[in-house]
Amino acid sequence: MSSQRATSLTIETPEGVEFSFELASPVTRSLAWMVDVAAIGVLTKAAGKACELLGHMSQDWATAIAVILYFAVSIGYGIALEWRWHGQTLGKRVMGLRVVDAQGLRLQLSQVVLRNLLRLVDMLPLVYLVGGVASFCSRNCQRLGDLAAGTIVARERSAHAPNLEQMAPAKYNSLLAWPHLAARLRSLANPQSVSIAVRAVSRRDGYEPLARIELFRELAEYFQSLVEFPEAAREGLTDEQYVRSVLRVIYGGRPG
Amino acid sequence: MIIDLPRFVAAERVYWDELDAALAKLEAEPERRMPVEEIERLHYLYERCSSDLSRLDTFATEPHLRTFLESLVSRAYSVIHETRAPGRIRWKSAALAFPRAFRRHLGAFRLAVAITLLGCAFGWFALHVDPRNKAILMPFPGLQEPPSERVAQEESARQDRLKGVKASFAAQLMTHNTQVTILALALGVTFGVGTLILLFYNGVILGAVATDYIVGGQGVFLAGWLLPHGSIEIPAILLGGQAGFILAGALIGWGDRTPRVVRLRAVAADLVAIVSGAGVLLIWAGTVEAFVSQYHQPVIPYGLKIAFGLCELVVLSFFLGWVGRE
Repeated sequence: MSSQRATSLTIETPEGVEFSFELASPVTRSLAWMVDVAAIGVLTKAAGKACELLGHMSQDWATAIAVILYFAVSIGYGIALEWRWHGQTLGKRVMGLRVVDAQGLRLQLSQVVLRNLLRLVDMLPLVYLVGGVASFCSRNCQRLGDLAAGTIVARERSAHAPNLEQMAPAKYNSLLAWPHLAARLRSLANPQSVSIAVRAVSRRDGYEPLARIELFRELAEYFQSLVEFPEAAREGLTDEQYVRSVLRVIYGGRPG
Repeated sequence: MIIDLPRFVAAERVYWDELDAALAKLEAEPERRMPVEEIERLHYLYERCSSDLSRLDTFATEPHLRTFLESLVSRAYSVIHETRAPGRIRWKSAALAFPRAFRRHLGAFRLAVAITLLGCAFGWFALHVDPRNKAILMPFPGLQEPPSERVAQEESARQDRLKGVKASFAAQLMTHNTQVTILALALGVTFGVGTLILLFYNGVILGAVATDYIVGGQGVFLAGWLLPHGSIEIPAILLGGQAGFILAGALIGWGDRTPRVVRLRAVAADLVAIVSGAGVLLIWAGTVEAFVSQYHQPVIPYGLKIAFGLCELVVLSFFLGWVGRE
């Protein structure tokens, strides 16, 4: 098992395959914690209201139940949700985070309990100062509870296979009429730029219209600068259509 | 570019979907016994998807598919390579896990007892040297007055001073003591230093209170007051200390060459068993402290209270020492 500081944790399986977890930054974790604090606040408030109703029968027992419920919610919230939702609390769900075993194995109940009980130290002296310093210093962004429990907090991964057809539809592609230029484009395309193009295509509907036109213009110019296809290949294609055609070429499409 | 991605996805997707469905089923029912054919199929699908992920390594330009396959392979890896039993709660085995975990780490418990006794000795010494240290050692208003005065007040009381607040008093005791016990465990992460300080401080207070009452000739009152709840509460906090020292031991790893992560993994379940057990004991101790310990002679004779406390201690010792022996 190897790791890169504060970015990802890579695990190599006995079969020789590597997979990695993208580590959550302390800032994202803080935001998730704020959501959880709000959720705990709502739950304890609701419990307090319910106990007020009980107070009509016995004030003593109502106070006792309120004290125990407050304690149980503040200690048990993280344990119950992380166990029930496989490593997620409400805050982690909202922020797209998940607690996972640091060796990639199944998260155990003992790990969930331990990391949540050690929160008591991580929260010292106030607002997670100890935990925050520990996670800034730790190679895998682990607070003390995570170190003791052997867990990390990772970003959620996509659980769905990407739709390649949506990105680069398998229809007639004018660029493939020039196979030698297509082969040259495949060999020259920079992986990072292609990755940006994939993201641009998959998120196209989220962009402002003018920003989208500008983005695809720049991408089209970049790909044209690598290999200049004849005018006939580009005829009638918008910049976005050109980028999609390029992706189809790069992903191994055949002449239509 | 080595592979034709759309063709690759089209050919392999059926296996990914099958693995995804098999994993979803396993994740929903982690304790289900799988037939041999199903295990073989799962292993085949895992190896096939792992191989797909390796092939995709040559295709660095497609991040989404790689992320998807990594997610699938990591889920399958966590199921196939996990050797620990699924963490389902079984109350009977959880009850047995507590004394077993306690006995596995007796050294840590002895250390917790020794540190507390050392604190007691310090409390006795400090009060013996100068009785004015009482104000510093026992900063609680109820303990500042001379023991004989307090005993006289308690024994002559005609009214129940806890009337109408017994349950809430018990709840406060339970939650406070449970918090102290959890803290004793959690401070183990400071390589045991925090746990040591916490236990020593508890010992100092206990030693100073005991000295104050014994020197003041109120030893029987003290035993009758403390034993009913203390015979459970004090061991429970010592158990928290034991858990803290176990954690510290796994972090330090004296004479143990296994990696730290493996050492911590080995004790995690025991830590949780011990602290959970201590939590249950503290519910009992809190109830007894509010409903029994605060009532003195003539309401409850001291002999009865002392006998009750000793019985609890015997039962607890039997439970921790013998229950679940194999």
